[in-house]
Amino acid sequence: MTTGEVATPVVTTADPRQRRVARRLLKSPLAMAGFVVLSVAIVGAVFAPLIAPYGPSDANFGDAFIPPGAEGYLLGTDSLGRDMFSRILYGTRASLIVGVLSVLLALAVGVPFGLLAGYFSPIDSVVSRLTDLVLAFPFLILAVGLAAIRGASLTNAAIAIGIVQVPAMVRVTRSETLRLKGRDYVASAISDGAGDAWVLLRHILPNAISAVIVQATIAIPGAILGEAVLSFLGLGIQPPSPSLGTMLTEAQQYAAQAPWTAVLPGVAIMLLALAFNLFGDGLRDALDPKGGRR
Amino acid sequence: MAAYLLRRAGQSLLTLVLATIVVFAGVRALPGDPALALAGEERDAATLAAIRAKYGLDDSVIEQYWAYVTNTFQGDLGRSIRTGIPVRDMIVGALPVTLELSLLALVIASILGLLTGMLAAVRRGGPSEWLANGIALLGLSIPHFWLGLMAILWLSVGLGLFPASGHVPLLSDPVANLHHMVMPAVILGTGLAAVIMRQTRSSMLEALGEDYVRTARAKGLRERQVVGVHALRNSLIVVVTIVGLQLGNLISGAVVTEQIFGLPGFGKLTIDSVFQRDYPVIQAVVLITATAYIVINFAIDLLYSVIDPRIRVAGGAD
Repeated sequence: MTTGEVATPVVTTADPRQRRVARRLLKSPLAMAGFVVLSVAIVGAVFAPLIAPYGPSDANFGDAFIPPGAEGYLLGTDSLGRDMFSRILYGTRASLIVGVLSVLLALAVGVPFGLLAGYFSPIDSVVSRLTDLVLAFPFLILAVGLAAIRGASLTNAAIAIGIVQVPAMVRVTRSETLRLKGRDYVASAISDGAGDAWVLLRHILPNAISAVIVQATIAIPGAILGEAVLSFLGLGIQPPSPSLGTMLTEAQQYAAQAPWTAVLPGVAIMLLALAFNLFGDGLRDALDPKGGRR
Repeated sequence: MAAYLLRRAGQSLLTLVLATIVVFAGVRALPGDPALALAGEERDAATLAAIRAKYGLDDSVIEQYWAYVTNTFQGDLGRSIRTGIPVRDMIVGALPVTLELSLLALVIASILGLLTGMLAAVRRGGPSEWLANGIALLGLSIPHFWLGLMAILWLSVGLGLFPASGHVPLLSDPVANLHHMVMPAVILGTGLAAVIMRQTRSSMLEALGEDYVRTARAKGLRERQVVGVHALRNSLIVVVTIVGLQLGNLISGAVVTEQIFGLPGFGKLTIDSVFQRDYPVIQAVVLITATAYIVINFAIDLLYSVIDPRIRVAGGAD
């Protein structure tokens, strides 16, 4: 089999393109702002045990409801005297873990199905019915069903959020596959006798990957918001494990007395989602061959 | 046209059948004996036997499934294992609250989204475009349940403008009902408004470059008419589509919003049923939501093919 040579011209174009994309990203102030916030959040989340001045669940009843800015408590304390800064740091960590896990799940399921649906038309209608079926169960209803069957936990929240994101992932991969299937180099590979698996993995997947990455970047903020909602309702991460969502549940009763306990975790969620959205938008524009004319 | 409708109806029906199978299988996937789960607290032999007989738990899986489907579509959704009230009555009681909330949110979101989207498209590059885009991006990034908490903290607790929670039935006192509903509806509507705004903007930008808009301008129509009549009509189709696509988010959003504002709707019923392990209610709620989603999306497809003839010509391909 000598079909391998056909692919090389496609692969070699990737390098200057990557540089062009990076250059465009660097020139977008909003995308860079998103990137910086994300970097800080990721470093904070990874090194939370080193950075956090207190353990996330260390209660100090004598120091309850200390407002932000007080000595020793940068962002104040909650009803049990736990340090808000440490809890937000650990909560961000949980949010990022669920966000990334669920999107990985969506990728692992959505991309193969999208490739198959776009490439083999008989499979397409089967996959369409399955995605229709998933779409028929709205996110929270699906999460409710899963929580009823399997119990509420971080893992089950990530599974529910991941399942919900599969249809969009399938759709993006499928339409990229359909588009690429018509390209000359794919046709020439097929006429050279390349097998379906070879064409899909060597020619179509590498060229579809940028659209998939954009979709994944856009899916993560949705997943983070989803985790917050589920944990807030008690269907996600269970207390005392720190999560930005459960912090808000607890803050609900004391919001009038200690508004910062209700304000700060929400701001953290918003900043995280906003940073992903800004970076995702910038990435999409940078990858768009038509350039920044949106 | 007829062939397309028939095919879409067939697809919807198939999805509906698959959905009933998923819900049926879901209850069987519960740990332990389904009869025990359905019986709740009353676990004497007679009750269990009655449940086994009613749901045919000793029959084959196929027979059980068939019994489940026929019971459901005859309106028998079982009884709550907590209260003993027929699930159907619980749902009929809760649904109007959710419908009102969702419709109000939809109206607010459409008005907000269309206006800001049009503004952003017409005044390209100006500060209003920046502002509209910024608000839309925030709308996609803010956790709406948190926005609800902040609204309660500020508008209810702080300023005392709106009640923080509770519900008054629409028919008994429409004014008090709206007073309770405005804040939740605005909160639920904001997320959808952001999506509508983004789509309106991009479809409007596209429309403004089309020939028919150029013709409208060339024949001397004022800009207000060009944008308001010609370009906007195109954007309305976009909104109809988005409502179909976002229906799931609207339902999920309603569940959370009801929980925050203490509205006794479908969403609150759903969450309560999970914490009480009220399986007949969970089962009914999940199936009804899925059915509503499928039926409404089918209806939107019909509507869509009426509004936009291109769909019919293209045979409704994805």
